[in-house]
Amino acid sequence: MNPHVTPRLFAPGLAVALLVLAGCGVANWNDPYPASQSGQNILYSSFSERPKHLDPVQSYSSNEIVFTAQIYEPPLQYHYLKRPYTLIPGVAAAVPEPYFLDANGYRLPASAPARAVAYTVYEIRIKHGVMYQPHPAFARDAAGAYRYHALTESEIASRNVLADFSETGTRELKAQDFEYEIKRLAHPRLHSPIFGLMADYIVGLKEYADTLKQANEALIKRGERDAWLDLRKYPLSGVEVVDDYTYRIRLKGSYPQFQYWLAMPFFAPVPVEVDRFYGQPGMAKKNLTLDWYPVGTGAYMLTENDPNRQMVLERNPNFHGETYPTEGEAGDAERGLLADAGKALPFIDKLVFTLEKEGIPRWNKFLQGYYDNSGISSDTFDQAVRFGIEGEAGVSDSMREKNIQLSTSVAVATYYMGFNMLDPVVGGGADPASRERARKLRQAISIAIDYEEFISIFQNGRGIPAQSPIPPGIFGFRDGAAGINPVVYDWVNGVPRRKPIEAAKKLLAEAGYPNGLDAKSGAPLVLYYDVTARGAEAKSILEWYQKQFEKINIQLQVRPTDYNRFQDKIRKGNAQIFDWGWHADYPDPENFLFLLHGAQGKVKSAGENAANYANPEFDRLFEEMKNMPNSAARQQLIDRAIAILREDAPWLWGYHPKDYVLYHAWYRNLKPNKIAYNTVKYQRIDAALRAERRQAWNTPQWWPLLLMLTLLAAFAAPAVLTWRRHERATAAA
Amino acid sequence: MIAYILRRLLYAIPILIGVNVVTFGLFFLVNTPDDMARMQLGVKRVTPEAIAGWKQERGYDKPLLYNDKAAGSARLTDTIFFEKSLRMFVFDFGRADDGRDIAREIRLRMGPSLAVALPSFIVGLLIYITCALAFAFFRASYVDFWGVVACVIAMSVSSMFYIIGGQYLIGKLWHLVPISGYTGGPDAWRFIVLPAAVGVISSFGASTRMYRTFFLEEISKDYVRTARAKGLAESAVLFRHVLKNAMIPILTGVVVAIPFLFIGGLITESFFGIPGLGSYTIDAINSQDFVVVRSMVFIGSLLYIAGLLLTDISYTLVDPRVRLS
Repeated sequence: MNPHVTPRLFAPGLAVALLVLAGCGVANWNDPYPASQSGQNILYSSFSERPKHLDPVQSYSSNEIVFTAQIYEPPLQYHYLKRPYTLIPGVAAAVPEPYFLDANGYRLPASAPARAVAYTVYEIRIKHGVMYQPHPAFARDAAGAYRYHALTESEIASRNVLADFSETGTRELKAQDFEYEIKRLAHPRLHSPIFGLMADYIVGLKEYADTLKQANEALIKRGERDAWLDLRKYPLSGVEVVDDYTYRIRLKGSYPQFQYWLAMPFFAPVPVEVDRFYGQPGMAKKNLTLDWYPVGTGAYMLTENDPNRQMVLERNPNFHGETYPTEGEAGDAERGLLADAGKALPFIDKLVFTLEKEGIPRWNKFLQGYYDNSGISSDTFDQAVRFGIEGEAGVSDSMREKNIQLSTSVAVATYYMGFNMLDPVVGGGADPASRERARKLRQAISIAIDYEEFISIFQNGRGIPAQSPIPPGIFGFRDGAAGINPVVYDWVNGVPRRKPIEAAKKLLAEAGYPNGLDAKSGAPLVLYYDVTARGAEAKSILEWYQKQFEKINIQLQVRPTDYNRFQDKIRKGNAQIFDWGWHADYPDPENFLFLLHGAQGKVKSAGENAANYANPEFDRLFEEMKNMPNSAARQQLIDRAIAILREDAPWLWGYHPKDYVLYHAWYRNLKPNKIAYNTVKYQRIDAALRAERRQAWNTPQWWPLLLMLTLLAAFAAPAVLTWRRHERATAAA
Repeated sequence: MIAYILRRLLYAIPILIGVNVVTFGLFFLVNTPDDMARMQLGVKRVTPEAIAGWKQERGYDKPLLYNDKAAGSARLTDTIFFEKSLRMFVFDFGRADDGRDIAREIRLRMGPSLAVALPSFIVGLLIYITCALAFAFFRASYVDFWGVVACVIAMSVSSMFYIIGGQYLIGKLWHLVPISGYTGGPDAWRFIVLPAAVGVISSFGASTRMYRTFFLEEISKDYVRTARAKGLAESAVLFRHVLKNAMIPILTGVVVAIPFLFIGGLITESFFGIPGLGSYTIDAINSQDFVVVRSMVFIGSLLYIAGLLLTDISYTLVDPRVRLS
């Protein structure tokens, strides 16, 4: 080994490496995107969990609808700016006004009471000239036959991604496509999560599922398990196609909330050509499915589906001429949200979503300008947010320096602590006296658990204490003195104040547990809190809960378990106290109050009422309220129903979370919308400003590396000299 | 040697069956088919009918190990265990619970895993051996002392610290490479440098110290003294004799690790957004996807067996006295 070789090669080597780095063609060395994207009109965002489903009949999670809502267009959508949330036409020509029929099929007046309504009919007219995105399923050959609908096994075997199909086509949206999608809700191979609910309402859907099941089993018996099931062969009585641009859906009874479902991808059109194309045997094995490559008429189309790394959506060249809204709510114009009024949508050409499983890299890349928006985790909250003198949230100085903006909004969600009403201690059993004792016990606990403190400590103030299941922004929510829960709060000096702990102790004594001891046996009252097994960070929350219960001398035993077992306990009614939450499907009080409807009992009917609460009077009010339009009379019913709930206290009402989102100065037209997800088409990016800021924020710093190399060389130099001396000495000898 | 290799490969079959049984048992001890269905179908508005349909379509409506309603051999074959395990032995992994082809996923993800693990492995090995040789050569000097101190400190720090620290210093503060992400093609190196460097540094302490021990043991042997007495240059003593004789213990740890380069690092891939097999396995565990978990455990076992076999073969290459029989 020649000791002179290393130093002689090191300097030029380093210089070459630096030149290679400098010439690699990217604007900034830490830029995670290709240089070709620099300065382009692209939105950069991230996702933390790969979407499971992109098929509109299956997709139901919030991490999936971020993608599907940009691609599929249901008949209706929500106005981007107006609040309260307002339905407007999507691909429908107008928001349909349902009409009602009696049992004999005669039309009833719009004011007919719900009990008189045997059927509700939605007649939906769709817009003309709406075209699908380019897709191989629509491609035809010179003779007009579909190019890729009868592929051989070897033809499919040679293709792995949709781009392997060189030809694409399109066609106009037809009413039949909506009918086909509704039929797909009952498809035996798709397992739509809303099939059970819709089968209760859409006429004939349940029977239709049985028919399809038989047809599918016949295919399996013939050894054609993967063969395409042509749903056109089987009519669905509840859906009627009037003409190419009109279809009717017939529902059993009255179900006003159905209009909200018409704004969800479950009811977006799916053309039969697409189902035929993906339904060819062998396609599913190649991931060539609608679940992987969605097809729609929306503003964007999915052009790269690599959920292990990146999802890319690009502007749909066939998107119909939708424009930015010209009106909003008060203050929108001042905030610049109407600057683009009347302009053609969408504004952004491409959406790049990158998989970021960990919060730290996601946050740092946002600060470097490589993501246009970011949520705020507990770890970064203090770095990002400062509260003003009056408690208003704003960005910290370091965020302000970068001109980062903060957007806050209360989610249409509720997180609560539920009591299992089937439990003899907290539910009370069958005996009225026991039930009364249990009610007082629940009320006492409701006062003792200080959710204001919980929100302050564990949520960084991101939430508001709930007074009922209904969050702000939903009809039925009441603000101010009229909206407080009188069991837990007093209205003092214009603000709600939690009742003193003595009130809780008094209720506890009335419940038969004076000072936390059973009045009969003298044994201390021990309650059980079932939680999913959580890490060390949750320990402080659990200890906090125990201290809250200790305030009224109740011992709280935590029963941690894994998520599967926890769900099992809830399903079987074996839990006593538990945490649960609900995010709204649509902005209607029915979507929250049904969580306490007796018919939804988890144990009794596998519904969504995890507390298994049942109160006939509440159920009656709920049944009456759910079929009414928003009105003073409906508000009255809701008030009465909520008063019953507050008195019965089947939940600790918990809190409604607040969402904090940070976004850069180049991200425009951003207005939080907690119900709709098809909002990217309204948003705008100033790509030039972003490129300029990225350049300024990401100048490479080489000196630390050079310093480290110098130190290393200084450390090694004496040793190298010794080595050389040693080698020479040996040679001389 | 061929007979030895064949014998070892045959031994692998009962091992793989055993691993498969243990994986199956452990998985279904904590997850039921109902749990798996709920995980795939979501938590909102899932009906018992939907769960039953999902299980039936994927064959999870059958008994786990023994079907007492079937007759004859079907009692064992018409079960979840048999149906989900047999095809795996001919490398037909089937489809994941979300419907995606597992073999294709593995093929796609192997590249990124290897892209990070291979440079980390090769560069790391060179650095560890070089440093260990240097420490051994300069034993009892300041180089050895501070080198060992550095190794002990490096060993005492969690790998998470290196990951987060590396991202913070090199990606965030110095802006030299992207903090996370991955792309194929010639631009891939920008995403590989940081995780590979973190991989090298995080293993530096333990590996260098271990190799130093091997070299010191060799240096104290008689043949080294003889070589020096013959007047050989120290570089010749170290590289021609000590290194060669220390290769057997080094190979024991190194060769067995080679097959695992395909699987990648679980935490590293997750933090750096590398779409490799490590993150695939983690995702499958989180989503209770038995078919993927079982496939990855199977491949892991297979690679481990291959690694041990390669280690045995490599002994014969570095030490002519070793004979496989």
